[in-house]
Amino acid sequence: MKSSYREAMRSALREALQNDPRVFLMGEDVGRYGGSYAVSKGLLEEFGPERIRDTPLSELGFVGAGIGAALGGMRPIVEVMTVNFSLLALDQIVNTAAALRHMSGGQFSVPLVVRMATGAGRQLAAQHSHSLECWYAHIPGIKVLAPATVEDARGMLAPALDDPDPVVIFEHAQLYNLEEELTASVEVDIGSARVRRAGTDLSLITYGGSLPKAMQAAEMLAGMGIAAEVVDLRVLRPLDTDGIVASVRKTHRAVVVDEGWRSGSLAAEVMARIVEHAFFELDAPLQRVCSEEVPMPYAKHLEEAALPQAGKIVAAARAAMGKA
Amino acid sequence: MNTTTVPYDKAFALRLLKDMLRIRRMEEKAAELYGAGKIRGFLHLYIGEEAVAVGALHALAADDAIVATYREHGHALVRGVSMNAIMAEMFGKQQGCSRGRGGSMHLFDAATRFYGGNAIVAGGLPLAVGLALADKMQGKRRVTACFFGEGAVAEGAFHESMNLAALWQLPVLFCCENNLYAMGTALARSESQTDLCAKAAVFKIPTLKVDGMDVVATHEASHNGATHVREGGGPLFIEFQTYRFRAHSMFDPELYRDKAEVEEWKKRGPLHTYSARLKAQGMLSEEEFLACDAEAQDEVEASVAFAEAGTWEPVEGLTRDVTALATGVAS
Repeated sequence: MKSSYREAMRSALREALQNDPRVFLMGEDVGRYGGSYAVSKGLLEEFGPERIRDTPLSELGFVGAGIGAALGGMRPIVEVMTVNFSLLALDQIVNTAAALRHMSGGQFSVPLVVRMATGAGRQLAAQHSHSLECWYAHIPGIKVLAPATVEDARGMLAPALDDPDPVVIFEHAQLYNLEEELTASVEVDIGSARVRRAGTDLSLITYGGSLPKAMQAAEMLAGMGIAAEVVDLRVLRPLDTDGIVASVRKTHRAVVVDEGWRSGSLAAEVMARIVEHAFFELDAPLQRVCSEEVPMPYAKHLEEAALPQAGKIVAAARAAMGKA
Repeated sequence: MNTTTVPYDKAFALRLLKDMLRIRRMEEKAAELYGAGKIRGFLHLYIGEEAVAVGALHALAADDAIVATYREHGHALVRGVSMNAIMAEMFGKQQGCSRGRGGSMHLFDAATRFYGGNAIVAGGLPLAVGLALADKMQGKRRVTACFFGEGAVAEGAFHESMNLAALWQLPVLFCCENNLYAMGTALARSESQTDLCAKAAVFKIPTLKVDGMDVVATHEASHNGATHVREGGGPLFIEFQTYRFRAHSMFDPELYRDKAEVEEWKKRGPLHTYSARLKAQGMLSEEEFLACDAEAQDEVEASVAFAEAGTWEPVEGLTRDVTALATGVAS
């Protein structure tokens, strides 16, 4: 049956709440309002205000409270409205959640899930549009997921809740209305990259909101006689180096597509791993398509110009193929 | 000086004295070992403030939770973390209570529900709120005692945590150790409102203001506060008015306060004032005091020997305990 990404996420939340009394959802407007992206709509009525817990505008406070509740035996899911707002909670995530196990000599686990929307494309300008997944992927001690398909939106939450360590889930705001076929029972891992389209000529390696653009680019390239393979990273920390390298060994060319800014990007890390592990497999210099280095502008044509787009991916792929 | 009667039986009255002595002697030795290069990093001494941790922690139950700061040697010790494990941690040995990964600022102990050892000012407050939320949601009648200095009240985390705890009526005992200086910044130089209880009252949290140099006062207030919290009365805020006799850390030249002020506070030192009261009440002889002190010093010497004999974790273990899988390396 067809499901939207939003419905898939809601259904994953509902299942988690039904299966485990320790699970609760907490965040700004998750209850009465129904979630700023309507993901948790209806859950307050179903599970009540104790377990669908509206919070004040206190990102630092309620993310930290989620860490404490996880330590105290609960399985909290904390929703932060967007990655931009999560910067207000960064201290608790980096200095406490990610560090606690190590800093305590392995005595404490923080089984916390933090979900947040990320990404641009809706003319929300420079304080609601950024892609900072890379910042989180830099931190030892946390796991970072980027579901880019309806199946992953449905399936990644359960293993994230089972994980004894903090897991951050990035939901690209442009994906919420994505509709795809979904089977009744979904079981996915949170350890590996996945090939979303097989190809032999070059690898388009991407994640999150850029996956549909890479798929579109692959289709355009097919029309030009270029068979692109599309690799969805899915898990941004720890990166599935083997999965990335396996694709490059097959195609010998790669373009990395990343909505983050170019400098110090996740794309840079992926390229470095390819160079470290498969340098002699490469037939052409690596390419990347990232966001332009500008705070996201409001005007539609400027926002579109700032972001990776299928046309830019095609151009980078053709360059990698030696076809200008 | 406080001359009111100490209202405890002799065994408990001496327990309080012994614990203050244990902290004092352990930290004096730590300062010495810092000078000798055995202990490195930051070392924040609690000397002068012992009555707060001793009074407060003896008012808590074994299954309550403690969240503390980077000036937490005393809290860990009174909570029941062995002096051996604390000293070994400061040495960086794997027999330390955090396997040598934390040092002086990050003492942790799951067995006694001692949640650190937080070196971000006010960073422990949201954590305490969450621990209390978990207790409330699970129907457990436990208290989470959260210690922090008066410097923390300037942080957003303080206000966010006070609001959440009050809004959700969570069982948190907020223990503010007001030693008047946030590192080198006096309270009046950083806060428009210097009445800390007034800050807590804004959130409709009941407050107590206590002489933090008097272990009887700290214990009574903490007992009353913890009872209120445990019985479902919601959070409570205690301001312990205290003073640190030593520098902020071992790097602090103390340019920001008068020596005369320090000397004035030392007259109210928690150890000698309490001992004098016990003696005046006939509960303590000089011989008994010396015996308590000798016992504390023996424990310190034994802990140093334990730490010296401890082993360094092999470097092969460097990336353990980063995640449950302990991969550590960004693979």
